[in-house]
Amino acid sequence: MRATLRTYFRLLAAGFRRGSAYPLAALGGLVANATFGLLKVGILFATVEAGGGTVGGYDAGTMSAYIWLSQGLLGSVNLFGRTAVADRIKNGDIAVDFVRPLDVQAASVTTEVGTRLFALLPRGVPSVLLGVLLVGMSMPTTPLPYALGALSVLLGVVLSCTTVYLVAVSRFWLVEGRGVEMLYMVLSGFLAGLFVPIPLFPGWLRAVAGATPFPSMLQVPVDVLSGRVDLPTSAGLVGVQLAWLALTVVLGAVLTRAGRARLEVQGG
Amino acid sequence: MSATTGVRPGAAWRAVLAARTAPYRAVLASRVRAQRSYRTSFRLDLLGSALVGLVELAEVWVLFHSVGRIGGLDLAQVLLVFGLADLAFSVADLAFGHCDDLATMLRLGTLDVFYLRPQPLLLQLVTSDISLRRVARAAVAVAAVVAGLLVNDVPPTPRTVALLVVALLSGVAVSAAMFVLAAGIQFFVVDGAEMTNAFVYGGRYASTQPASVWSRPVKAAFVFVFPVAFAGYLPVVSLLGLTGSPWLPAWLGWCAPLAALWAWALALLAWRVGVRHYQGGGG
Amino acid sequence: MQGDVGEPVIETEGLGREFRVRDGLRRRTVVAVDGLSVRVGAGEAVGYIGANGAGKSTTIKMLVGILVPTRGSVRTCGLRPVQDRRRLVRRVGVVFGQRSQLWWDLPVRESFAILASIHGLSPDRERSRTDELVERLEMGAYWTTPVRQLSLGQRMRAEVAAALLHSPDLVILDEPTIGLDVLSKQRLREFLVTERRAHGTTLLLTTHDMGDVERLCERVLLVDHGRLAYEGTLAGLSRTVGVERVLVVDLAEPGPDLVTVPGARHLGSEGGGLRQRFAFDAEVTTAAKVLAAVSEQVEVVDLSVEEPDVEDVVRRVYAARR
Repeated sequence: MRATLRTYFRLLAAGFRRGSAYPLAALGGLVANATFGLLKVGILFATVEAGGGTVGGYDAGTMSAYIWLSQGLLGSVNLFGRTAVADRIKNGDIAVDFVRPLDVQAASVTTEVGTRLFALLPRGVPSVLLGVLLVGMSMPTTPLPYALGALSVLLGVVLSCTTVYLVAVSRFWLVEGRGVEMLYMVLSGFLAGLFVPIPLFPGWLRAVAGATPFPSMLQVPVDVLSGRVDLPTSAGLVGVQLAWLALTVVLGAVLTRAGRARLEVQGG
Repeated sequence: MSATTGVRPGAAWRAVLAARTAPYRAVLASRVRAQRSYRTSFRLDLLGSALVGLVELAEVWVLFHSVGRIGGLDLAQVLLVFGLADLAFSVADLAFGHCDDLATMLRLGTLDVFYLRPQPLLLQLVTSDISLRRVARAAVAVAAVVAGLLVNDVPPTPRTVALLVVALLSGVAVSAAMFVLAAGIQFFVVDGAEMTNAFVYGGRYASTQPASVWSRPVKAAFVFVFPVAFAGYLPVVSLLGLTGSPWLPAWLGWCAPLAALWAWALALLAWRVGVRHYQGGGG
Repeated sequence: MQGDVGEPVIETEGLGREFRVRDGLRRRTVVAVDGLSVRVGAGEAVGYIGANGAGKSTTIKMLVGILVPTRGSVRTCGLRPVQDRRRLVRRVGVVFGQRSQLWWDLPVRESFAILASIHGLSPDRERSRTDELVERLEMGAYWTTPVRQLSLGQRMRAEVAAALLHSPDLVILDEPTIGLDVLSKQRLREFLVTERRAHGTTLLLTTHDMGDVERLCERVLLVDHGRLAYEGTLAGLSRTVGVERVLVVDLAEPGPDLVTVPGARHLGSEGGGLRQRFAFDAEVTTAAKVLAAVSEQVEVVDLSVEEPDVEDVVRRVYAARR
């Protein structure tokens, strides 16, 4: 068991390195992040102003924190719905992965998480710094929200990878697996609170978003890290993240096993 | 010569045009056939495309619904901004969207094949594909425009029609120019193609917003350098007779054709420099 | 002797191309083509060979206007490739090994219809030329099959036909037989021979296959680090580097090593002498003579002749130059 743990750690490191192989791509991502960030500042600050200084519990400072933290996480949370493993399932290479003494789901998610975590360095941190320097933002002054926030960010990144893995394994059954990817891409950003913070949603839409794992990928880590919600609430939100993570992992494991069985019956 | 030959120059001109455009029409027709032959896939693409438009509309709605009026516009007015801008972008995306793939073509070396054909490179690239599925998103935008015209009680005068036509044609031209500009830059940053998303997709996002909310640098960027504000906000201010905002007087909407010319000048320059760089050994 | 067959179709003078590449943080200059001066006359068939990275592809890209030379001059069909690209490509057909000019999701027939339109062929011309190519390259069987479903051999024939559709004066083929089976290679070579005979097409060919050069080319240009290392006939090249062909014979029964075959050198044997290998110089003797000499001593049941490998020739030339 210890040997396999080391293997997964290597996969994580390999994913991390894969991210570092394209520095220009990271720079490109940062430029796009910053542009979208400034546009969000324009429209969302105007919204706060129109609300008479606060809207949905946000003032200018917390809105800025929401904007730049969410922009910073954009490169690390998978809101596109595509992964390498989907292609391997589609073209049948997955059969090779099944004969390896590694859990296909764990290996795929681990590598993906490694790459995504790397993006925090060239895209995440600079985006937040840009926000601090250009616009300014309210951040907590005590260490605890940061610790809890770091955990929540990690959980958000991993949750996005385990959820996208579910999208990928749907390819075992669906010829047009692209449809699920597309649906994920269209809905995830909106329901994760990427362009409009979820507290601004009307009640029923907030309920719809809450019934999906998407808020736990972006809105929750941002809320916890920025200290917009108090510590007990933060702890509760992290608990919700953990629940979604457990659910997606179990579902992924079941679907992987079923997909493998299907592969063995049909011979790929 | 005789009276009967009076119609000939026109016919001859049409024949020349037909011959000149035949290669492009042949490629495009084959692309259309190919997309329509995969029916399930195509329907799914249409659905996805429509959904993208709807979700983007929903984002605007949620925001304006929460406070009523942002940057001097209410929900009804911003509906028109969104509709016009998204219609322009969808149409441009339909015809020019695949210019985004240039980075992949450069990496695989498939662009070289275009060099072996006796047509201009850019025309070949633009006419090498067409994304019919974008009509679904354009349809959402058309619905938004129609709804916007109705709820704002826009009078059906020649002035309205003229402004709408000017805004739409210029908006499509500006958005298309952004795709070409991005393609030109991709010759330099093959690995960093995402950089060009900043003004192609950032531009799309910007074009659906009231430009009055932007800070000065953002205004400078998206009104005067990448002039996407001419696709939505500025013509709507002219159309509805609203008061302008700092830097952006109400008559500016009528200048959309100038913005389109500027955007294309910028795009063609970038393309030219990009091709030079490629031939100089960027690949 | 060379190049005066007719007007030069390809003419380069001190042609050179450097690339600036990023090596970590530093930038350094790599010379891909280094002062190449060659002439290829109308109707000639020339093999352009060299190791990977010797500058072959870079040269071809400069010949058709994809790359701008950093020094020297180049004229293809009497035109300046970069400035006159659109006029030039009406007279040149190119097959780049792995870069398809066909539409992968369309039937072969449709790709050809589009290409005919791109090259502005008249309907009559399109029909006659297409019929000719389909027949000569035996494409009828897969004429309506989507390109993505073709085998490698079928696809390569279609690629060559596509490059020749507009009846170019000059055809440039970059590794046209790579990965093909013996039969496909054979068909392609036979086609190119007939095509040249019928239309007087000039041919420039890069290849790793000595069989291609032997059967198709009258003349060889060999590049090494972007410089011309040899120019002349293939026989002359073999002579310079002393490349030998190899005759392999299978005997009816095992026997002792036949070390006394005139004009041939015994290389070795397998299976206790059941299979024996002889090297001989094609300039001095022939495979038939060697075989006859062997047959005088033992009973031969099967035989094959191994051609010298281009790689091997190239390696020997390079070694001799250093």
